[in-house]
Amino acid sequence: MLGILRQKVSFGGSHISIVEQSFLRIRPAVNASRGYTSAAKEMTVRDALNSALDEEMSADPKVFLMGEEVGEYQGAYKISKGLLDKYGPERVVDTPITEAGFTGIGVGAAYYGLRPVIEFMTFNFSMQAIDHIINSAAKSNYMSAGQISVPIVFRGPNGAAAGVGAQHSQCYAAWYAACPGLKVLSPYSSEDARGLLKAAIRDPDPVVFLENELLYGESFPVAAEVLDSSFCLPIGKAKIEREGKDVTITAFSKMVGYALKAAEILANEGISAEVINLRSIRPMDKATINASVRKTNRLVTVEEGFPQHGVGAEICTSVIEESFEYLDAAVERIAGADVPMPYAANLERMAVPQIEDIVRAAKRTCYRSVPKAATA
Amino acid sequence: MAIWFTRSKNIAHYLNLKRYVGVSAGIVLLNHTSLNSSLQSSTIPLSRDNRRTPPAATCFGSSATLFSLRRFESTEAEKRLYDYEDEYQALDFPGGKVAFTSEMQFISESAEKRVPCYRVLDDHGQLVMGSSFEQVSKEAAVKMYGNMVTLQIMDTIFYEAQRQGRISFYVTSLGEEAINIASAAALTADDIILPQYREPGILLWRGFTLQEFANQCFGNEADYGKGRQMPIHYGSRKHNFFTISSPIATQLPQAVGAAYSLKMDKKDACVVTYFGDGGSSEGDFHASLNFAAVMEAPVIFICRNNGWAISTPILEQFRSDGVVVKGQAYGIRSIRVDGNDALAVYSAVHTAREMAISEQRPILVEALTYRVGHHSTSDDSTKYRPADEIEYWKMARNPVNRFRKWVEKNGWWSDKDESELRSNVRKQVEVGKLFICLLNPFSSGQLSKFSLTCYTSMQLLQAIQVAEKMEKPPLVDLFTDVYDLPPSNLLEQERLLKETIKRHPQDYPSDVPV
Repeated sequence: MLGILRQKVSFGGSHISIVEQSFLRIRPAVNASRGYTSAAKEMTVRDALNSALDEEMSADPKVFLMGEEVGEYQGAYKISKGLLDKYGPERVVDTPITEAGFTGIGVGAAYYGLRPVIEFMTFNFSMQAIDHIINSAAKSNYMSAGQISVPIVFRGPNGAAAGVGAQHSQCYAAWYAACPGLKVLSPYSSEDARGLLKAAIRDPDPVVFLENELLYGESFPVAAEVLDSSFCLPIGKAKIEREGKDVTITAFSKMVGYALKAAEILANEGISAEVINLRSIRPMDKATINASVRKTNRLVTVEEGFPQHGVGAEICTSVIEESFEYLDAAVERIAGADVPMPYAANLERMAVPQIEDIVRAAKRTCYRSVPKAATA
Repeated sequence: MAIWFTRSKNIAHYLNLKRYVGVSAGIVLLNHTSLNSSLQSSTIPLSRDNRRTPPAATCFGSSATLFSLRRFESTEAEKRLYDYEDEYQALDFPGGKVAFTSEMQFISESAEKRVPCYRVLDDHGQLVMGSSFEQVSKEAAVKMYGNMVTLQIMDTIFYEAQRQGRISFYVTSLGEEAINIASAAALTADDIILPQYREPGILLWRGFTLQEFANQCFGNEADYGKGRQMPIHYGSRKHNFFTISSPIATQLPQAVGAAYSLKMDKKDACVVTYFGDGGSSEGDFHASLNFAAVMEAPVIFICRNNGWAISTPILEQFRSDGVVVKGQAYGIRSIRVDGNDALAVYSAVHTAREMAISEQRPILVEALTYRVGHHSTSDDSTKYRPADEIEYWKMARNPVNRFRKWVEKNGWWSDKDESELRSNVRKQVEVGKLFICLLNPFSSGQLSKFSLTCYTSMQLLQAIQVAEKMEKPPLVDLFTDVYDLPPSNLLEQERLLKETIKRHPQDYPSDVPV
């Protein structure tokens, strides 16, 4: 794998024509993930993130990582494994326990011209620093009329893990995506993780990068192009993970996996579902979503977070505004239960969308004969 | 009795009393008895009888018990006995060795004496005998005085402009001119400033013109902020002055981050950040001081302790001896300085800067002063503090007058300067209207001050007039700088908006360019 990473790229610098690069790269990657070639390598999301950080830090000396346990401990989830040894304590900074402190420091460093990557142990703890993220990072470029740019990345696990209770399980996609000035990304596969994190680090705007703890250990096939050090995915483009013609299912992060499984089940019942991996929550690829709905005429949005003012609400509104005449059925939203996440395993299972919920919702849009399950 | 007590105490030391858990537990239980009796009944369960036995006998009795106890200790305890002659032994804990004491003592909540305040000029502008300070050249001193007067006038006139409804909001720095100008004078143009909002004097020192100030307050098309912020939220990249941000104390950890970046760059510059007494209560203050010390960042934290956080006086803000004592708690070298003594502020900040850069460490400077003006134009401070208190600080403890006296005594501000200014002013007065009503409230009748006042007032009024008449920023500036490159949704919205304006031009304000 190291050999592949060291391959010279004929495309030159990392900043030219990212869209062009990705156009040339995504297609082969899609083919690879469909299993056309048995030579496709497997990579965990953890390794994808680690390698992306490593390569970006190597390419640009201004990039540095800061957060709790990122150095000596190798990262709370081992995402930054080996980076302290390679780059030293000046570029992999272990911090005291103060999210407000190290986020503010990161923003200040970005103001000056460095490119910090701030790690939150989970995004739940980012609330202790949210003023710096929203009032300083997101708004500074606008408020200073372009004099202060903030090329910072905030990353960490987001959403529910397993059995961690209410204060460790909230999804913040909707919160951050509501704020102009921020870009919000949420990868699903290893290819997503690598490409989007690289894009985030290279981007001159502040980016909130929402990972998922349960996906860290999952392995995905990656094409050779993905392993190249200049690989990058465009921000603001969704990916059609599975093409279909009867119903559009949108999802991001872990729910993409669920949606794909639901699509398999639906296929057996004669419903061809198109699964869209959003990848980018802000800016959202409304063009792709609307084009898909105009093709299938039905929409199911899936997310882990709370339903009110959620990501699904925004998608539904966009589709109603842009493609109302194309809808053959009411839009369906699948979201987490409107309660703080309970701890008990049976309750937790009921508070998070399951594959059966997605299947039922898709069927409702197709038949309109299955009564809705009781909702909160 | 006293002698007995001393002997028993010595014995206790020699025997390393604290080491024996049973003994320590015994002492802890006796919370209302004196140390005497606690030593008596060290390993013996407390009972009324014990306390009545003759002290001497009991003492020896208990020590005998202790000696016998020792035989059952581990070999480690035995080894320690050889150290018993050394009274100040150290305990090894994570974080380093600490000397221990068997006297239970709480550190008092306040020191016996408050941290003294560094000052060099007395209330009459006289240099205090034997004071140590950084020498200021004539040029610098005159520029400092001129800037302080200009700042005062600027504040007064902009405040009036807000009252007249010409700008929506203003924040004065009245009473804090010395902190503003003297600290700026002690720094170089390369030092990065992260201000709170009561430090426009730094921009003034660095060459921001009155017109530029007015442009920001009026939010016109010449405003560097493109009309995006409330008045007084100045920012200027070329002056190394970061755009003012309203939330309190957020600039503190950001300053540490910028200082960390400077450190990595190995530049001969530091970061200077300002905050008030109220700002020191924010969580960000504590995180940033702690962090700055750990990261050894070259940053100067300057606290303008002006006695009031809107209506909250010092006693309701914190119970410590001001902000300076908090520095040591975080491992930061600190100094308390008279914020109304321009020379002292200059010296302290100059030295702090040298230390910060050469030793790569943070420094805390607490400048004591008084907020003469209201918190802002949205505040009427007479509602929560007596008017004569404000008057006292405005007149008797005025930093501008104090510095002027020193400058005059040095022969650097003379009658010649006065008359030059006077003739300048006369020309202005003959040509234009008289603006005597805008006389500086601090004037003590000295003509030089009056002349400078009038001259600056004229300039400022002209700047305001120009700023007011200038066009507002164009429509496109509503949508730019949200991101580095405008996203498609905003480009579309701009296009739609322009079309709407074209269709309904009568509904669109005439002084805002499309």
